[in-house]
Amino acid sequence: MSVPQYRKAAALALAAGLGLALTACSTKSDDATDDASGKVTITVDCQPVGAQKELLQNWNEDVAEFQRQNPDIVIKSVSVGEQCNNPPDFTARLAGGTVTDVFYGYMTDLQQVLDSGQAMDITGYATKDTIPTWDSVDPALKEVFSDGGKLYAVPVKNYSMGLVYNKVLFQQAGLDVNNPPKTWPEVREAAKKIAAIGNGIAGYAEYSAGNTGGWHFTSLLYSQGGQVLTPDGKKADFNNAMGRQVLQNLKDMRYGDNSMGSRQLLQWGDLLTNAAAGKVGMFIGAPDTTQAIVSQFQGKFQDWAMGPLPGQDGPAKATLGGGEGYFFKKGLSPEQVKAGLKWIAYQKLTPGTGQFDYVRAKPQNYPVGLPQPLLFAAGSDAQKQELDLRKANANVDTTNFAIFEANPVAIKGEPRNAQAIYAVLDAAMSGVLTNPDADIDALLKTAEDKVNQLLAAES
Amino acid sequence: MAITSAPGTVGTAARPAPPSPAGPRRTSLGRKLRDNLTGHAFLIGAVLCFAVFAWYPMVRGVIMSFQRTRRGETTWVGWDNYVRILDDPSFWTAWKNTFHFTILALVLGYAVPFFVAILLNELRHAKGYLRILVYLPVMLPPASALYLFKFYAYDPSDAGLFNAILKALHLPTSQWMQSPEMTMPAMVIASTWMNMGGAVLIYLAALQNIPGELYEAAELDGAGIWRRIRHVTIPQTRLILALLALLQIVATMQLFIEPLILANGAGAEDSATSVAYLIYQHGFFQNDLNGAAALGVIMLVVLAGFSAGYLRLTAKQD
Repeated sequence: MSVPQYRKAAALALAAGLGLALTACSTKSDDATDDASGKVTITVDCQPVGAQKELLQNWNEDVAEFQRQNPDIVIKSVSVGEQCNNPPDFTARLAGGTVTDVFYGYMTDLQQVLDSGQAMDITGYATKDTIPTWDSVDPALKEVFSDGGKLYAVPVKNYSMGLVYNKVLFQQAGLDVNNPPKTWPEVREAAKKIAAIGNGIAGYAEYSAGNTGGWHFTSLLYSQGGQVLTPDGKKADFNNAMGRQVLQNLKDMRYGDNSMGSRQLLQWGDLLTNAAAGKVGMFIGAPDTTQAIVSQFQGKFQDWAMGPLPGQDGPAKATLGGGEGYFFKKGLSPEQVKAGLKWIAYQKLTPGTGQFDYVRAKPQNYPVGLPQPLLFAAGSDAQKQELDLRKANANVDTTNFAIFEANPVAIKGEPRNAQAIYAVLDAAMSGVLTNPDADIDALLKTAEDKVNQLLAAES
Repeated sequence: MAITSAPGTVGTAARPAPPSPAGPRRTSLGRKLRDNLTGHAFLIGAVLCFAVFAWYPMVRGVIMSFQRTRRGETTWVGWDNYVRILDDPSFWTAWKNTFHFTILALVLGYAVPFFVAILLNELRHAKGYLRILVYLPVMLPPASALYLFKFYAYDPSDAGLFNAILKALHLPTSQWMQSPEMTMPAMVIASTWMNMGGAVLIYLAALQNIPGELYEAAELDGAGIWRRIRHVTIPQTRLILALLALLQIVATMQLFIEPLILANGAGAEDSATSVAYLIYQHGFFQNDLNGAAALGVIMLVVLAGFSAGYLRLTAKQD
């Protein structure tokens, strides 16, 4: 081959290669379907990342055992790090159509998933045949993932908020670890005492960025007896005395008492990092927050205890409840949906296996004995089994959660379009936590206008 | 001087054949393609890459800005998304913040590298080492650099680097990113530190192209350093200054990573919300990709209009 011919051939090969590469990039993988051997393959997300060695090992063991019990099902696990706890990541995958066959979502994500047209109606599939404990699953949780009488996801975790507090700091501040504050004025007094210890310790810490500020504003508002939206969901309903009280409490603690530390604009991991380092006396959170402090942020489990969410003058009127579940991608075959439900049942909804395998979790030092999740309805068979297993294998001091459990507060779900509303309310929270001259009325009015505009656009 | 030969033929040994009576010989498209096969093959690759990764997303974005997707159904909604975006109370806040950042960045981020370059150019010793030192921050990944500022320099307690310095100087400390008033200056300082190295190198290259005789002549005329900068340096680097000013404005108006990392997003009372961050918020937090697309198109039009106007203005001056 002469040199010019060689060059031409190379150029053609280059062009063809590029074309093929681009074509290949734009072709969707289609390997998650029923294959020729009769096996059904499904892709599932939220596989733990490599750094979480024990959790990954547990996951792989679960996949192997499930496939042994169901030889006609193949589970393909997908992990992209923060995918399961990162709203922007989730939205991007949803918009790009790259969600797995069975995909994780928050309870607040239902409308977003429906809008994307990616969710499958699984009403007819979620039964005792596919999920043996289905009749025991709390109907209220099923309702959260339903729309127009149709079920779109299977709930796998739920939580409600309370007051999480550091027993060591309570003792150092001369507070009674068995008698946590029950009202917001009591929280304020306790926070002052804890902050007086010094060393940059915040008596009480609060979020104000990355949607978490709005999330906690909602919970604090519920504690006052308020609501974020009117019952018909068409208007904002927080620009009132209760909304003002929430922000005033925080402003008083931040600038009146100087008991909330100097670093603000905190989002989820920031607060827990500070808490794990022993720099936070109190914050509001769910029981599994303490698990995150231990497993992700190297804190000590025995340092933490929980009481119910405080109210303004007595017990909280309500507390925010939320959770997560698994959706099914539109277009799956009936066999794939059934296979996915069986996997969810095995990994998330069967006492003794997957997330409820307390015998396995106990020696691994993953806390067993936390009061939540409470996926199964009170008095159901599954609930009894799960509670018995939890009690028998508890590796944490359950008395740390006894006050929380003994004083249940009515649970109120998250508002529609929760994440978008939380993003708006972040500004109100950051306002009172970063500006000593913040005008609470103006902050609430601006947030109200934005939420109303957002709701009008939705309709 | 009389022209003795046709342009382009001076010094060539062979002259081109005279045109045929029928006019210039036509070359078929196929022949042209065959003659430049290698070039076209490479061109196809580049065009395909641009088409797939640049032009298609832009066109798709414009289309999406006139559509609405609900429950998987996409409908044409005309200007609705634009109207909605213009009604968003955050829209004007974001533009105000973005212009605020751009103006501060022009004062600091544009002027500081120029003067640093002049200083480096004037140095007689350790020039190389100092250039490396100035360029070092550019090699740091932007996210790492910003986290350094966020947790180390801008710590609002007295333990923070900047506050410790201010305290040592008996000056009042600052809340930095946690103060709505300080958000923008703090972001500009961090951004300038991160990006200065590249601009300094470009300025240095331009400065070294200025003939030394001009400075010598100015010195003989009794010009001090400021007059030399004013009457020699600035006029001689005018073109590169104009180009970098345009690039600086276009880049700073796309402010995104600084709010995202330094301010955890919107910052104190929305003081860090930029137009680019608002696009991100609409798209990924509010599940409003169509609104985000409309906002993106508005930003594109503003930047394109500004760039065109600026280029026209500078072309007239030249």
